[in-house]
Amino acid sequence: MATAATGQKAFYQQLKRYYSFYTGGFIAFIIFVAILEQLGVPAKILGYIFLFATIMLYAGIGFMSKTAEVSEYYVAGRRVPAVFNGMATGADWMSAASFIGMAGTLYASGYDGLAFIMGWTGGYVLVALMLAPYLRKFGQFTIPDFLGARYGGHLPRFIGILAAILVSFVYVVAQIYGVGLITSRFTGLEFGIGVFVGLAGILVCSFLGGMKAVTWTQVAQYIILIVAYLIPVIWLSVKHTGVPIPQITAYTTALPKVIELEKEFNNKDTPKGAAEESVRAIFRERAAAADAKLKALEAGGAAYLAEEKAKLEAKVAELKAANADPKAIEAAEKAVKDFPTDPAKAKEQWTKDKTAAAGKAGPVRSHAEAFPGKDEKAREVARKNFLVLVFCLMVGTAALPHILMRFYTTPSVREARRSVFWSLFFIFLLYFTAPALAILVKYEVYANLVGSSFAQLPAWVSNWAAVDKTLMAITDINKDGIVQLAEITIGTDLVVLATPEIAGLPYVISGLVAAGGLAAALSTADGLLLTIANALSHDLYYKMIDPNAPTTRRIAVSKGLLLAVALTAAYVTSLKPGDILFLVGAAFSLAASAFFPSLVLGVFWKRANKTGAVIGMIAGLGVCMYYMIQTYPFFGINAPKWWDINPIGAGIFGIPVGFLGVIIGSLLTPAPSKEIQELVDHVRYPNLEGDINTQAA
Amino acid sequence: MQLTERHKEYWRKNLRITGILLAIWFVVTYVASFFARDLNNITIIGPLGFYMGAQGALIVYVLIIWYYAKYMNRLDQEYGVHEGEDE
Repeated sequence: MATAATGQKAFYQQLKRYYSFYTGGFIAFIIFVAILEQLGVPAKILGYIFLFATIMLYAGIGFMSKTAEVSEYYVAGRRVPAVFNGMATGADWMSAASFIGMAGTLYASGYDGLAFIMGWTGGYVLVALMLAPYLRKFGQFTIPDFLGARYGGHLPRFIGILAAILVSFVYVVAQIYGVGLITSRFTGLEFGIGVFVGLAGILVCSFLGGMKAVTWTQVAQYIILIVAYLIPVIWLSVKHTGVPIPQITAYTTALPKVIELEKEFNNKDTPKGAAEESVRAIFRERAAAADAKLKALEAGGAAYLAEEKAKLEAKVAELKAANADPKAIEAAEKAVKDFPTDPAKAKEQWTKDKTAAAGKAGPVRSHAEAFPGKDEKAREVARKNFLVLVFCLMVGTAALPHILMRFYTTPSVREARRSVFWSLFFIFLLYFTAPALAILVKYEVYANLVGSSFAQLPAWVSNWAAVDKTLMAITDINKDGIVQLAEITIGTDLVVLATPEIAGLPYVISGLVAAGGLAAALSTADGLLLTIANALSHDLYYKMIDPNAPTTRRIAVSKGLLLAVALTAAYVTSLKPGDILFLVGAAFSLAASAFFPSLVLGVFWKRANKTGAVIGMIAGLGVCMYYMIQTYPFFGINAPKWWDINPIGAGIFGIPVGFLGVIIGSLLTPAPSKEIQELVDHVRYPNLEGDINTQAA
Repeated sequence: MQLTERHKEYWRKNLRITGILLAIWFVVTYVASFFARDLNNITIIGPLGFYMGAQGALIVYVLIIWYYAKYMNRLDQEYGVHEGEDE
């Protein structure tokens, strides 16, 4: 015992030394790239250097941590100290959506976006209080392991496997999408190739060393992503306020000014308000025009479409005959080419045009206002959906297998409890900065960009508008030569990506931000792929199909599956399936409905038994999926909503049904056996006299 | 494996602290969000309703987990159910 403790202490010291060196080395690397930039090396090359240097680094750590031992492969040898497990969990948790998308969502939706901030942090309270220490005491490899042991028999484990795969797969597709996006944006590689380059980085690491390699890589990735996130924001804060604490200055200095400007934009009697109004009037006309076309289409169908197309073609011919300006001819020809080919497409495109124009025609939304709506009823619905979303995200957090699995890797129950604290602390560093960043960028746009002249746009605006129209589009709608807020369209991803330039930092920092985003996406993808592969290799193959399989074969099977799952996920991603944000949100509701009731009752209610767990998991997951399929537009059914709840909040129905399922199912059937009740006592106490041992090697 | 009265008391104390901390969690999350419009009329480092969602609640979450770890690790010692190693 004593030697194990000293061994662990020495290990901890060694880790601290390694990662301090690593952080120093990384900073030296940034300085080196900065010098290259000053020497005139082009930005594209710098992008490549960042991309390949970091991927090589992760591969290197993966290679050094390669292992063939079962407990190292599945749970990193259970010797990860609390602080380091916290960093690894932080990286595992914060995905491309957190790193790149969140500040943008907050920029676009103000208070409403805070549902993600609260939901994705508050869930850790549930992890800490209701799951992590107990799962650690149980001490096996996967979440289906716990369901299998606690409820007995193959059925609960099998449902667990299916749910874990469903949830993780939906989530991993979103991550690989992020990887492809970042690599293609910063190196100019094609999206499909970017996906596979990133995938190589993910695989080298998890393939060689399983959980052990993934853990140590994730710690390294956390350090990169947090440095990359904080530097530009701090700089931006200094630029605007002179104080390097954005988390305070955003609220004390920038937010009041933003609120003041919002009022000015919405007041037609001020010069800025009047200019905004003139742009809005044009958008109102456009929305009305799109609406008129839609109505005509409804009445005339394909004949109307052909007629309109003929008109456009006639215009091209007319312009050509009159020898008009080639640019005008080109524009007219483009209009013919882009004209929708059939009524269904026309309806889709014009509806989109109508919503886009209508969105720009209204007044500016107040950033800090909670639950805006046109009347009391709309506000009530907004508030309800906000609370429901927060609840689903929180409970979902406490039910995602790839996160819960991380708490198997600490040396003790005691360290597991501390480790949840460190996890949330490291996550908190990014999450409490994101809303501040959104406000600072909004301030920059409202105060400096709006009102500037189109002839002299700030460099970051023209740069990004040239790169990608979906991220930054700016057109002088009312032809007054001055920028109005309604003339700017900002994509959510832009906020984080453009911050270094807004703050006036050199390109090396933009490269660093890209590397941070990549680290966030890769680390999450790593954890998810491992979860899926383990559910298949450990739970399905070893525990259910061939319990006598030798160690080498178990690991070989796992690695083979990892490869297969990764390639499948990359293939699905390259098809660019629908709405990525919805996929991520859906994963939370699904996980919450499937796992949370049976995991929590498994610890806190001895009477819960197999029948209850099976009914609870199936019913919870079933109700949640049913509601999503019925109401989410993608599936095309569009049934009326229950109590106005949006499909992303389907967990609000799934979770209670899951709990009821476990409770009713258990009470109708006999109590679980004495052995299982002893298992419950076993997980409740970190150490008992004459205790049983459930820990797997 | 027979649980003594002391073991049961340990579990009761665990449930109590879990319940109290969950109640705090509930208040800062749901009660504060429910009244966010009203809280926005108060200004402490920005409109309070907004600030709670953006920072205040998060700070409380971190503190809750920190306190739970500290409390339980001490309770383990007190009731002799702690693991052998360290300290």
